[in-house]
Amino acid sequence: MIKLKPVNTPSSPSSTYNQQIMRRFFKHKLAVISLIFLCVIILLSVLAPLIAPYDPNRITGGFSQAPSAEHWLGTDQSGRDVLSRLLYGTRISLLVGFMATLISTVIGVVLGLLSGYFGGWLDMVIMRITDMVMSFPYILLVLVAAAIFEPGLTNIILILGFVDWPGVARLVRGNVLSLRETNFVKSAEVAGMSKWYILFSEILPNTVAPILVYATSVFALSILDEAALSYLGMGVTLPTASLGNMLNGAESLTILTSKPWLWVPAGSLIILLALSINFIGDALRDAVDPTSTK
Amino acid sequence: MTEQLIVENLVKYYPVKGGIIPHTVAQIKAVDGVSFTIEGGTTLGLVGESGCGKSTIGRQIVALEKPTSGSIIFDGEDITNLSSDQLQKKRTRLQMVFQDPYSSLNPRKKVFHILADPMIHHHICTKEDAPAKVDELLDMVGLHRSAKDRFPHEFSGGQRQRIGIARALALNPSLIVLDEPVSALDVSIQAQILNLLKDLKTKLGLTYLFIGHGLGAVRYISDRIAVMYMGKIVEMADADTLFSHPLHPYTKALRDAAPVPDPTLRDAVHEALSGEVGSVMDIPVGCRFQNRCPYARPECGSVEMALIEAEPGHFVACPYTAINTQGVSGTSTMSGTQFMADTQSVSGSDKSDTSNSDRQEKGGAAHV
Repeated sequence: MIKLKPVNTPSSPSSTYNQQIMRRFFKHKLAVISLIFLCVIILLSVLAPLIAPYDPNRITGGFSQAPSAEHWLGTDQSGRDVLSRLLYGTRISLLVGFMATLISTVIGVVLGLLSGYFGGWLDMVIMRITDMVMSFPYILLVLVAAAIFEPGLTNIILILGFVDWPGVARLVRGNVLSLRETNFVKSAEVAGMSKWYILFSEILPNTVAPILVYATSVFALSILDEAALSYLGMGVTLPTASLGNMLNGAESLTILTSKPWLWVPAGSLIILLALSINFIGDALRDAVDPTSTK
Repeated sequence: MTEQLIVENLVKYYPVKGGIIPHTVAQIKAVDGVSFTIEGGTTLGLVGESGCGKSTIGRQIVALEKPTSGSIIFDGEDITNLSSDQLQKKRTRLQMVFQDPYSSLNPRKKVFHILADPMIHHHICTKEDAPAKVDELLDMVGLHRSAKDRFPHEFSGGQRQRIGIARALALNPSLIVLDEPVSALDVSIQAQILNLLKDLKTKLGLTYLFIGHGLGAVRYISDRIAVMYMGKIVEMADADTLFSHPLHPYTKALRDAAPVPDPTLRDAVHEALSGEVGSVMDIPVGCRFQNRCPYARPECGSVEMALIEAEPGHFVACPYTAINTQGVSGTSTMSGTQFMADTQSVSGSDKSDTSNSDRQEKGGAAHV
């Protein structure tokens, strides 16, 4: 979209890059709904201690009771309130997803920047390590790591964080390779600016958008991975609730068929979270792409 | 006047890698032994067609690329082998304005930061004085002061190029390499930018290396002009001399290629060059222009052409025209006199259409 404006009226407020992105983002109805949904979920999980009707780890009713006025989503096999556990579990799952994404993005960005900007043997070494990490069967690597280090909240965050970075590293490296040839980077070099200034002040701001888009998919993936690991008993350990280990009950066929309140809430929340994060990512990608005409 | 910049025998070869085990299979000779000097406070125009190596020279002078060999002496100091620390200090004195004003400004930075960050980095001003310094720079290049709070994409091409010039000026340079600064702009804007550059030069006592391929702009701004062809300078003279009586056949062709604004003169001679620029990977022995030269002769294919001083301050890399103009001068790599007789008809005068008859004969190219 090209907006013509008179050149000599600099006082007119102009739409900044960020405003343009916002405008394009809000054209995606699905993404806006997803964003609202995600915000509500985040708010509920953050406020869990205030709104949860029961202590998530206390036995407050009979075993595997169906939903009732006292227990809106019923109780689990140990007699704990499912709704309370769901609120706290979402908290843990979001925390794991967010922290793992943060760790892997930071690692990936730093390695990608170094690799792309300095090139040479450093690029060679970093990219071979990246290839190696990428070529391992993902779930196997995570399982082995979880077996070696004890399962637990911190470890699961670290494991997922250290496994997800290669994609980010490659993405950033590719961007840096093209950005370092641009004239504005060249002119910073001619101005004698330091390498760190060029990397973090000239190059990095221009790759933030694609990194952000990629990070959303890592976020969704991390939530799914946490759920998978916890379901297998290698992730967040009981009694701490997470969306994954709440699905443990679904291992048995009788529960699967006759006591859906034990697994449907957690299962559908995982799906909805992953889906809405991906929708947001899609919209972000379109919004930051200057060639998109939507 | 002292020479502010002395470029001596500058060479830049780019290796071409190939083969199963990557190794250098060929070399692109982008710049192949170029020497020139620029006096302080003057402008040297560097012209030539795309790919002749003129931009590479500019990039080497501002140390974006390392020369393969040769030296660049700036303010009495060879800058080709400085350590990076020494170079950082020197860099403020040597700045560059880029061709494309759209890609030379960081889209994510406000003009204020584009201008102020380098000044703060080099302690030209403190964080506190930065706004005042930026205002001063914007005034100098004719932009409204409110421009500093805006992003590059909010400006037109000409305005962006003004920001690019302001950025180059920010560090108080003494020499600015202008790499085709007006080629990407509208014709109406070109004149504004050229005038701005001229004014700044007088006001600040700057020295310019103006790289361009449009002869009009180069002539307007330059004191001296060097014409390049395939990595070598083929002619160098005062701007007016070069236009009034070019000696090298290539310069003549370049001059004649410029569109003539007067329609009544449109049909006057002006023969276009035939043929293509040769490959810089496979440079012919002898004169590089021989394949396209209307006056080529067999000797041109065997002897490397050196720049000789045909008249005071007028250098040309073609012994025939040079000898003809001056009798004998300079040191040619050829035994001069034996060609004297034939050159007479080739380029006897400064009228561009003298040698029509000669061109017709040139097919055989051998009438020694």
